[in-house]
Amino acid sequence: MRQTISVLVENHPGVLARISGLFSARGFNIDSLAVGETEDPSVSRMTIIAEGDERTLEQIKKQLNKLIDVITITDLTKTKFIDRELILIKVGIHAQNDRTKIIEIAETMKANVADLGLHTITVEAVGETSHIDDLIELLRQFGIKEIVRTGKIAMETESKEKPKTIKEEEE
Amino acid sequence: MTTKMNGAKILVESLKKENVGAIFGYPGGQALPLFDALYHSDLKFYLVRHEQAAAHAADGYTRATGKPGVCIATSGPGATNLVTGIATAYMDSIPMVAITGQVKTFMIGNDAFQEADIIGITRPITKHNYLVKDVKDLARTVKEAFHIASTGRPGPVLIDLPSDVQLAEAEFHYPEKINVRGYKPTYCGHPGQIKRAVKMVSESKRPVIYAGGGVILSGAAKELKEFAEKINSPVTMTLLGLGSFPGNHELSLGMLGMHGTGYANHAVQNCDLLIAIGARFDDRVTGKIDEFAPHAKVIHIDIDPSAISKSVSVDVPIVGDVKCVLDEFLKVVHRPHDKEWTEKILEWKQKHPLHYKIDDKLRPQYVIQQICEATNGEAIIATDVGQHQMWTAQWYNFMRPRELLSSGGLGTMGYGFPAGIGAKVGKPGSEVFVISGDGSIQMNIQELATAVVNKIDVKIAILNNSYLGMVRQWQELFYGKRYSHTKLENPDFVKIAEAYGAVGIRISKKEEVRPAIEKAMRTKNTVVMDFIVEPEENVYPMVPAGKRLDDMIGSMA
Repeated sequence: MRQTISVLVENHPGVLARISGLFSARGFNIDSLAVGETEDPSVSRMTIIAEGDERTLEQIKKQLNKLIDVITITDLTKTKFIDRELILIKVGIHAQNDRTKIIEIAETMKANVADLGLHTITVEAVGETSHIDDLIELLRQFGIKEIVRTGKIAMETESKEKPKTIKEEEE
Repeated sequence: MTTKMNGAKILVESLKKENVGAIFGYPGGQALPLFDALYHSDLKFYLVRHEQAAAHAADGYTRATGKPGVCIATSGPGATNLVTGIATAYMDSIPMVAITGQVKTFMIGNDAFQEADIIGITRPITKHNYLVKDVKDLARTVKEAFHIASTGRPGPVLIDLPSDVQLAEAEFHYPEKINVRGYKPTYCGHPGQIKRAVKMVSESKRPVIYAGGGVILSGAAKELKEFAEKINSPVTMTLLGLGSFPGNHELSLGMLGMHGTGYANHAVQNCDLLIAIGARFDDRVTGKIDEFAPHAKVIHIDIDPSAISKSVSVDVPIVGDVKCVLDEFLKVVHRPHDKEWTEKILEWKQKHPLHYKIDDKLRPQYVIQQICEATNGEAIIATDVGQHQMWTAQWYNFMRPRELLSSGGLGTMGYGFPAGIGAKVGKPGSEVFVISGDGSIQMNIQELATAVVNKIDVKIAILNNSYLGMVRQWQELFYGKRYSHTKLENPDFVKIAEAYGAVGIRISKKEEVRPAIEKAMRTKNTVVMDFIVEPEENVYPMVPAGKRLDDMIGSMA
């Protein structure tokens, strides 16, 4: 089962190592982890996507919660949330009309051309994972030279079913 | 009114604010400013002979007194030598503050002389750790470190202090209060869960209380006794729980688990309600996990939510401080006194007591029994790890909390002697015995110097069987008696004791045991008693690893 966890942490050096170390020490795989500063510069938000059974993930959430630098944990899987991912894809230009075809695909897929060269085009896109995956499939025919993905960031939507944080659940 | 002082002085002043009673440590290059500040202070400092012993001594001090112990080492090898001691404290949830010197801030990461990334190294074995890069953060960091170490589920905290930060100056202001926003332990259990648990207790026919080290850490021995008596439930204890309930109480079952008593293990396997209090279902306790307490509903009280339902699924989890939760229980709990269960237990206790062969030979169990009798069961006992540790758990009758110091979770050989030193420093009025093996004692035997020089008179009883006894026992039982590298050729422990200025006594006959113990107790010095015991004596009963708790060798089959 794939879970999306949103973790608020102190914006200190070494916090990322603490979190990732906790996962690796328990032989637990992180699919993706994205970090950035929040509206409060002393706090960072991590979006962690991890795969595992309910029991293991429960233990991981509890262990994360034990870390002093972790302020709150929200399990987004149990609620409504939006997630987005940014991708940069560099594809090759071989045939004469490749360029137009790629730009056409980009436009249809609401992606932008980030860099235009003689031999390559780099396309950028933001969206849900499935959308990003579709774009990759469409561009594959041109020969993908390089892909960079950020990993997902996620945020709960305005909804009556506001998720409880782990700390609230324990209270 | 604040005054400017350097980081080293700020640290010393902060330690004074925390009422630190003793510091164990070892100096070195990157801790020089700190040691200079200690030179001018009146803090009690004990120079050990190996940093590992400093960490164990701080740990022993903590376990005996309940106050967080402090150890100090320099950067690099000094810091890495603390690691085993820190990990030992971490596994047993012992509050402790370790302070390490570090290379200058601008050298960090350059593979400087005597540099080690101790923050990285200790990340998985500390409750929290800090690298202080700005002297202005130091006082608050120390305050936070002590707070975090000693509250919630306690544990060791490390502060890494670069030598230039030790020298940099700042105003000294020790905060009265701190607020760590990500750290808010839950102390009182959920009222709804307590209600459910109380109902379960009142309906149970065959309850068993399974008490762990958490009862001692939370200072809840009195509440545990009241609770057990009120609901008339037998109590079994983990190794670290020994002393949380009086060993001579009629409801006491002694220790459970791999080397627990037959009656404790049978009680657990036959109970209909298991009340786990401050215990964490260690694999040495549960045996085969799927068949542990198979007929029981389980209530689990623990301050650490991650300890609950980790290995055994729990019917009623209660996250909270044991003392606080038991107080709540005591207000409302009631169970009709049902004699059938306690009588069954009494019958098991009488029919299948712990036993060993009584003859003319000098057997280790006898030595421990004699130490228990000679000290009225009132001494502080520090053990190492191995057969002697299990015999101590079985044959010394622990009556009060904080009187058994032993490495439970990590199983650290070499722990006992320095821990005993720490305990004696913290409790100078108590008799402190170190019960060790001939293998274990040699892991930190150099601390004889620390003990003798500082006039710390601990009494060391070596149960000398010329083997790494516990490993040999496993080799005998499970590896066709192939004693691969477990036979020890030992030095003369009496001469070693004398060389360090301690007193050495060798005992090889049964009738010499009691007089030697009494002589040691009369001697105002560190005493090493070298008991030459039966070499191939085994610890029984024993549940082989991965077997059911009632599948025991050597008891009530």
